[in-house]
Amino acid sequence: MKINSAIAVAAIAAVTFAATAVIAQQDPIAARKELMKGNGAEARAGAAMAKGDTPFDLARAQKIFANYAEAGAKLPGLFPANSKTGGDTAASPKIWDDMAGFKAASDKFAADAKAAGASVKDLDSFKAGFSAVSRNCGSCHETYRVKKS
Amino acid sequence: MLRKLFLAAVAAAVVGLVVFWFLTIPVTVPASALGPHTPNLDNGKTMFDAGGCTSCHATPGQQDRTQLAGGMPLPSPFGTFYVPNISSHATDGIGGWSEAQFVTAMTKGTSPSGQHYYPAFPYTSYQRMAVGDVRDLFAYMKTLPAAEGRVRGHDLPFPFNIRRTLGGWKFLYLDGEPFRPDPSQSAQWNRGAYLVNGPAHCAECHSPRNALGGIVAAQRFAGGPNPEGKGWVPNITQKGLSDWSASDIAYMLESGQLPDGDSVGSNMAAVVRNTAQLSAADRDAMAAYIKSLPAIDGPVRPGR
Repeated sequence: MKINSAIAVAAIAAVTFAATAVIAQQDPIAARKELMKGNGAEARAGAAMAKGDTPFDLARAQKIFANYAEAGAKLPGLFPANSKTGGDTAASPKIWDDMAGFKAASDKFAADAKAAGASVKDLDSFKAGFSAVSRNCGSCHETYRVKKS
Repeated sequence: MLRKLFLAAVAAAVVGLVVFWFLTIPVTVPASALGPHTPNLDNGKTMFDAGGCTSCHATPGQQDRTQLAGGMPLPSPFGTFYVPNISSHATDGIGGWSEAQFVTAMTKGTSPSGQHYYPAFPYTSYQRMAVGDVRDLFAYMKTLPAAEGRVRGHDLPFPFNIRRTLGGWKFLYLDGEPFRPDPSQSAQWNRGAYLVNGPAHCAECHSPRNALGGIVAAQRFAGGPNPEGKGWVPNITQKGLSDWSASDIAYMLESGQLPDGDSVGSNMAAVVRNTAQLSAADRDAMAAYIKSLPAIDGPVRPGR
């Protein structure tokens, strides 16, 4: 029974992963928008804790950093050459002109998030780590996003 | 008769030229106007970070905030400016400047050689700074590394390449007034008003400009087209930020995060790299002041 459920969980995980990969392949623009939306939700949750609007929750804080690290790792794969235009993308052509730089920025985001997740232990360490990790968003958007509104 | 008219025209032109000449003489601050001062380097760093000096003057293509060799092109509707070297280098930077020359540059927009600076260098805001803060900033900047390299001249078409004409611009847009605190407001509000209007020079981008490149005073902080090119700078009066709390503004200045979970982009990301260095108290003060700006309609953003 236990083994069966473990297999089932693994199967579901595999299917979900495969489905995500397929969506990413079929419509990378939609996939990366989804990913950014997820980041936005984490950003709001983190900011609310950092500003004291919601009480500090260590598990949630670690989860935010873990989600950020995962997003940072996935990001570079969501910008294949055929997704430069279309789908109302705000991606700057600079991503493809400088894929190495873009990848480095994503890696830095993931690494910073991972480090912050490992060192967070209370509200003060969360505040410091979260604002530092968050500045990655702005600096990457500064170069690689052309905002339309 | 015709001869008389001609003479009158010549006389008028001469008078006009003389008036122009006197109106456009670059103003300087003499060393004798500066009393004794013990520099506070910590305060100098605060002014450096609030002023965002490094956002324009840092050597392009590297991450060190204190390498100030300049060289970045700054496009504008009047041509392209090339940001000068303000490192402590004795000949290429400001290492050879006197304190009075630095105060003159910051508050009067006049170079050590007695020429007008273009207002791409935001002395219209820096003139509000307390002279003591400017002197602390100078002392701090002298401690930063000397970076070699003289930057090329600006690339501006006629008539904008005639610096003397900037005297006329200054006559219109540089009032020479220092910051005056509002005694009816809190100390925090006044600190914020000082930082926002003085060193941080927020209004320079967050306000519309007229055809001469002067800030439209009635629409100060109400946003407008990005003076450096593409995009639109947001209205930061309560017209634009009514659903932001003061802590949302302060947190944006610390982290670059907007209340909706998005992040600042474009030039504001560079601004946040500066404001993130400030104390929480200074960011809170700036936020309190910005939150108090009455709602003003800005220019209408064209459809896209």
